Amino acid sequence: MSGNKYKSTSFLKEVEANVEQGDWVKMCMQCGVCAGSCPLGNHWEHTPQKIFMMIRAGKRDEVLTSDAMWMCTSCYNCIVRCPRELPITHIMHGLATYSKRLGLAPANNPTQKFAELFWKNLTKKGRVNELKLGIALYFMNGIGEGIKTSLKMKDIGLGMLKTKRMSVAEMFGGHGVKDKSGFDAMLKKAFEIEEAKLKKFDS
Amino acid sequence: MAKKEYSFYPGCSSQKGASSSNYLVSTETMCKTLDIQLNEIPDWNCCSASIGYASGGELPRMALSARNLALSEQANPDQDVVATCAACWLATKETHERLNEDGDLMAETNQALKEAGLEVKANQKIRHMAEVLVEDFGFDALGSHVKKPLEGIKIAGYVGCQTNRPFGIDGESFENPKYLDNIIDAMGAESIPTYEKKVQCCGGALAFSEPEKSQEMIKGIIEAAYDNGADMIATPCPVCQMNTEVYQDQINAKYGTKFKMPIVYYSTLMSVAYGASAADSALNGQVIKAKQLEDIASK
Repeated sequence: MSGNKYKSTSFLKEVEANVEQGDWVKMCMQCGVCAGSCPLGNHWEHTPQKIFMMIRAGKRDEVLTSDAMWMCTSCYNCIVRCPRELPITHIMHGLATYSKRLGLAPANNPTQKFAELFWKNLTKKGRVNELKLGIALYFMNGIGEGIKTSLKMKDIGLGMLKTKRMSVAEMFGGHGVKDKSGFDAMLKKAFEIEEAKLKKFDS
Repeated sequence: MAKKEYSFYPGCSSQKGASSSNYLVSTETMCKTLDIQLNEIPDWNCCSASIGYASGGELPRMALSARNLALSEQANPDQDVVATCAACWLATKETHERLNEDGDLMAETNQALKEAGLEVKANQKIRHMAEVLVEDFGFDALGSHVKKPLEGIKIAGYVGCQTNRPFGIDGESFENPKYLDNIIDAMGAESIPTYEKKVQCCGGALAFSEPEKSQEMIKGIIEAAYDNGADMIATPCPVCQMNTEVYQDQINAKYGTKFKMPIVYYSTLMSVAYGASAADSALNGQVIKAKQLEDIASK
């Protein structure tokens, strides 16, 4: 890409162009309130504060292959506390989306896997099928671990069944939108428009 | 007071046989007493919650919520959209905000919606049921319908994250919201204003993908309720409710605790206080039974 190398790294430009709310990154003043406010802060390989600096320092691979962003619980603590009003939660989501699109997201991160299962599940019928989502989650690391997890979760499932907050009927059909073809066409178009807007950057 | 009507977005988890179907039952009971008519948005779809971002980018996510808004505009024009689920409310409100701030995004969203024969204007208000209760009724009016005060029950108001941040309720602080405590008091129960975990994250969707990390946080939420002498926890969020209720046995096994804390929706509390039966208050939806509320409901 063209641009003045002395002004900013190309990775910052890439994030500004392709990551949801990415144009906010340069507003970070490195105060660290986000890092201190994150409920899972001690599990982040790099805190949001650090990620913002790494983006400016051009650490493309380190940022996009990290499992850090996948620790975001979407609690929005960082957003409401940031003195510069950066939409930090959304930037973390945006970085996660972008890393996944580029195929750089850590393949074994459980939240990354679960998030994909969730999207597939909801787009299949237009509404989430909780039973199928749960089963897909338990078996996402293979049959062996799936059976182990299912046994571990057995009592929780029974509790949900007994209180009618889970239904085996969901296995067969289940809830969904009526205008599925319109729903599908709408999402297809939305993806097309978004793909067309992505700018190419050298890795 | 005249009947109030809203365009209602119930959300996936409230459906029959889903994890917060009890929330919908008690909401309907509560609304009957308050003379609220909820007009369900026809053929609504999932909002993709707070975990849909991984595979759905900004525009596909906006399109999901915009479809619901467009359907609401058609079927229930001039009505505020009301959601009971924190994630539904947040995703819809976020979409509404961005569409109104960004003309390009609005145009692109409508381009996508056109494929489904729809168009969105996003000129309505997006509100959480708790907002409706606080703003359109107020605590005194909510309390005026109480037939069976929830006397002698000490309740920790657990507001959680997404009903509180980033939008919250007008006039409430992000760090120490008080509306849930005020609702609890209005029902004749005893609130715990010093419940320090009232806005602590339960892990949200990560309770599924990162159970150990999330359960450590859930443990803190329940422990603090016990430390404050709570008989039960009340919450406005389906994810908070489920996460704090159903993992207590696993937490007990891992940490040697003896948790058995009932976690109820504000709508269940209100239904019981308004004199509804245990079934209409959805007390049969409690995995951990709320015995004190059952006793009052059967009186």
